[in-house]
Amino acid sequence: MFDSTYMARRYSGRVISRIGSWWVSGSGILWVAGSLVAIALLIPVVYLLLRALGAGDAAWEELISVRTARILGRTIWLAFSVTLCCGFLAVPLAWLTVRSDLPMRRMWAVLTPLPLVVPSYVGAYLMISVLGPRGLLQHWLEPLGVQRLPDIYGFPGAFLVLTMLSYPYVLLSTRAALLRMNPAMEEAARNLGSGPWGTFWRVILPQLRPSLVAGGLLVTLYVLRDFGAVSLMRYSTFTRAIFLQYQSSFDRTMAAILALVLVLIAMTILAVDVRTRGRASYHGGDVGSVGSAVTVRLGLWRWPSFCFCFAVVTLALVMPAGVLFLWLVRGISAGVDLSSLWVSALNSLLTSGAAAGLALVAAIPVAVLSVRYVGRASSILERVSYAAFALPGMVVALALVFFGANYARPLYQTMALLLFGYVILFLPEVVGALRASLLQLSPSLEHAARTLGRGPLDVFRTITLPITWPGMAAGVVLVFLTAMKELPVTLILSPLGFRTLSTSVWSAVSEAFFARAAAPALLLIILSSLPMAMLVMRERERIYE
Amino acid sequence: MNEIAVKCDGLVKTFEDTGALRRLNLLVRKGEIMALIGPSGCGKTTLLRLITGVIPPDSGSISIGGDLVAGPGLVVPPEMRRVGMVFQNYALFPHLSVAANVAYGLQGPGRDDDVRAMLQLVRLSEHANRMPNELSGGEQQRVALARALGPQPDVLLLDEPFSNLDSEQRVQVRNEVRAILRMSGTTAIFVTHYQEEALFMGDRVAVQSQGKIEQVGTPDDVFGNPATRFVAAFMGETDFLPGEVQPEGVKTEIGMLQTNNEVRIGTHVDVAVRADDVHITPDPSSNAIVLTREFRGMVNVYRVRLPSGRFVHSLQRHTMQIAPATPVRVVMDPGHPLTCFPGTTP
Repeated sequence: MFDSTYMARRYSGRVISRIGSWWVSGSGILWVAGSLVAIALLIPVVYLLLRALGAGDAAWEELISVRTARILGRTIWLAFSVTLCCGFLAVPLAWLTVRSDLPMRRMWAVLTPLPLVVPSYVGAYLMISVLGPRGLLQHWLEPLGVQRLPDIYGFPGAFLVLTMLSYPYVLLSTRAALLRMNPAMEEAARNLGSGPWGTFWRVILPQLRPSLVAGGLLVTLYVLRDFGAVSLMRYSTFTRAIFLQYQSSFDRTMAAILALVLVLIAMTILAVDVRTRGRASYHGGDVGSVGSAVTVRLGLWRWPSFCFCFAVVTLALVMPAGVLFLWLVRGISAGVDLSSLWVSALNSLLTSGAAAGLALVAAIPVAVLSVRYVGRASSILERVSYAAFALPGMVVALALVFFGANYARPLYQTMALLLFGYVILFLPEVVGALRASLLQLSPSLEHAARTLGRGPLDVFRTITLPITWPGMAAGVVLVFLTAMKELPVTLILSPLGFRTLSTSVWSAVSEAFFARAAAPALLLIILSSLPMAMLVMRERERIYE
Repeated sequence: MNEIAVKCDGLVKTFEDTGALRRLNLLVRKGEIMALIGPSGCGKTTLLRLITGVIPPDSGSISIGGDLVAGPGLVVPPEMRRVGMVFQNYALFPHLSVAANVAYGLQGPGRDDDVRAMLQLVRLSEHANRMPNELSGGEQQRVALARALGPQPDVLLLDEPFSNLDSEQRVQVRNEVRAILRMSGTTAIFVTHYQEEALFMGDRVAVQSQGKIEQVGTPDDVFGNPATRFVAAFMGETDFLPGEVQPEGVKTEIGMLQTNNEVRIGTHVDVAVRADDVHITPDPSSNAIVLTREFRGMVNVYRVRLPSGRFVHSLQRHTMQIAPATPVRVVMDPGHPLTCFPGTTP
C-alpha cells in the first residue's frame, strides 16, 4: 500500500512539521551549513579531550597533583577576590551616579565605566611601568634614597589590574537595574516608615541582587579567561600555567589537562550565569516606569563620596592614560621606530576584518535555524555555537596548535589556522547579534512575502536582509574590534614573524621596552573605545525613539 | 457559483500545546466570504497556516481551485499556491513604500498599472509614496488588503484583520473591506473570534472548536438553529434550561416552550434560552429574584435566580431599571421556536 517514495515523502513532511518550519523548501542547505559549522567548532575541544584521556594514568596523576591544586587555588582566589572587590566598588558608584546629588554626577557617570576599553595586558603594562622595578615611581623616588619598592608582581599586581579593569561590568549591570527599578516601591517603603538606610538594605539591594550576580559572574569569567594581565604580572593561574607548559615541555598532555579543567570551571560559571540571567530578566518584567526616582541628598557625605569617585577614576583611568601619554612622548623623543607600528596595525586590521567576515558567514545558518526553525536540533546547534563562551582564548589556541601539528600539518603556522581560532572565539557574539536582529523581524513578514509568490532565497534577499542588516553590521563590527585586541590566540597561532598590535605590546612589555609599547597600546585603546561609543549612541537613539 | 474554491479534507495537525486540528473538514465555495469563528486555541490560525502552506498537515488533504496542494506525499510551497493573506499585524514591509509593498507580489509589464488600480480600489492613491509607519492603522489595513489582492489569489485569508483597530474604526473598516471583497469578487476566509463580526462579514459562518468544524451555515442559520450545545453557547449568551417533552411543547420551570427540534414525548431535554428571549417584570409574589444588573449602555442584562436555583439572563432596555434582590416574574417571549439538546440532568 505504501511504496517507498511515498514513505520517503511522508517522512520528510514529518521532519519539517516537527521542526515547525515554515520555510518548507530551501532549508536543506541551511541544515548542512549549520551542521558543518557545529562540527568545525567541536573539533578542537573534542581533540583536547581525546588527547587528555589518551594519556591514561599519567593524566589522572597530573590532575590530582599538588601543582594542579595550587593553580586551581590561585585561580579561584584571584577570581573570587577580584569579583568581591568589584562589587564593593561598583554598588556605591552605581548608586551615587544614578540616585544621589553627588557633585558632577553626570561626569562621573560617563567616566566610571570607561576602564572597560583598556585591554588587560595594556592595563598590566601601565601598572608595571609605574610601580614595577625600573618603573616611573621608583625613578622618581630614587633621589629620596628609595632603592626598592614592594614587589608588584604576583597576586597584588594581578588583583589590582583586573579589579580596575573589570569593575565596570558590575557597575553597568547595577546601573541598568537601578534605572529600571520602579521608584514607587521605594516610596512605598519610605511611606511604611523605613529610613533611607533601611530602604537601601531591605528594598533596593534585594532587587539589585540578580544584576549584581550577573555582573559578578561576568567579572569571574573575565578573570578566568584572562591571559595578558596574569602573565605580565607573573601570577600563574590556569591560562599562564598552560602557556608555560606549552612553551617549555615536549609533552603537551599536561597543558591539555589543565585546559580541560579550566573549561570545566568556565562552563560551571556560565551555567550559573545563564540561570541567573533568566531570573534577572523575569525580575525586569514587572516594571512599569512610574515617574522618575527622587534624588537622594547626601548632605555631609557629599564630598567624601566625591573623593571616592575621584580616587577610583584617577587610579583606573587618569593615571594609566597619563602614563601612556608619558611613555609615548618619551618614545617619540627617543626616536622609537614607528614604521613597524604601521605594519602591525595593518596586520591587525586585515586579520580582524577577515575573522569578522568569516564569523558572519558561519553565523548566518546557525542564527537563522535557531530563530526560524525552533526545535531540538536547532537549539543544540545554537548551544554548540555558544559553547565557545566557555573557551578561554588560551584553550582555543592550544587545541588548534595540537590539532594543526598532528592532523592538519599544512595548516600549522598559517593564517588559516589563526583565522579559524578567531572564528571559534567570536562566533557566539555574531550569532547573538544576528539572533537579536532576526528576532525583531516578525515571521509574518516573511510569511507574507511567501504568499505573494516569492521563493525562500528571494524572500531572504528582498525582505529579511534589508530589514535586519543594521543589527548584523553592528555585531560584525563589534567582533572586528574585539579581534583586534585578542592576545593569546594571536600569540600562539600567528605564523612566525607575524606581528599585530596586540603582540607588539606584549613583546615590548615582556622585554621591558615600555616606551616602545606605548604607540600600539594607544591605538588599541582607541579602537576598543569605538564599540563602546557605538553602544552608547544606540542607547541614545533608543531613548529618543 | 457552486464551484469549490477551497476543500479541506480530514486535516490532522498535532501540536504539543494548543491549536491542534483533529480531522477537520471545510468546503468554501467560489466567490463567497466564509467567516471562521471559534475560541482562541481552537486551531483557526493553524488552519490558515496549513492553507497557505507554511506548515504541512500530519494527514488529510487540501485543494485550492481544484488543485491538490497538500496531501499524502505532497506539499506545494506557499509561493506556488495562489493564496493571499492579510495578517493580524498587517505584516507590511517597513523598508518599502506603499506602492512597493503592493508591487511586491506583482510581475510583468502591466505592473505599474496594476499597482495604481489596486491603490485606487482601496482609496490610497495619494499615499503611494508614503512609508508604512506614516499611515494610520486603518490605512495600513487597506495597504495589506491591496497587496494581498494584487496577484488575484484563488482565495484570500484574513486572520483577525480588525483586532488592532479601535472599536470606532473597526465598524468603518469592516464595511469597507466587505465592499472591496464584493467588488473584486474575491473568495475569502475571514477568521475572527467576535461573534458579531462573523455574523456581519460572512456569507456563511463556520464555527470551529477543539480542532473541528462544529457547524457551517448562513449567519441566520448558525445563530437561530445551533447544531450543538457549543455553537449555541458560543454564538450568543445562552442559558440551558432542563425540561420534559410533552405534546404541547417542552415543560420547563418558566413555562411551556416551543421547540423546532423533533424530540420524542417524555424525554428530558435542555432548551437553549437567549437573554433577549427572556422578559422580566417586578412581581412581589414571584420566587425568582434579580441578583445583579450589568449595565451595558443601551441595554441592561439582568442575572435572575429561578426557584430551582438555576440562573437565566434577561436583556432589557436601559430605561427598564430593576434593583438587585427584587422578585420578578419571568416570561418567555421569543416569538420563534427554540433549540433544544438532549438533557444532561434527568
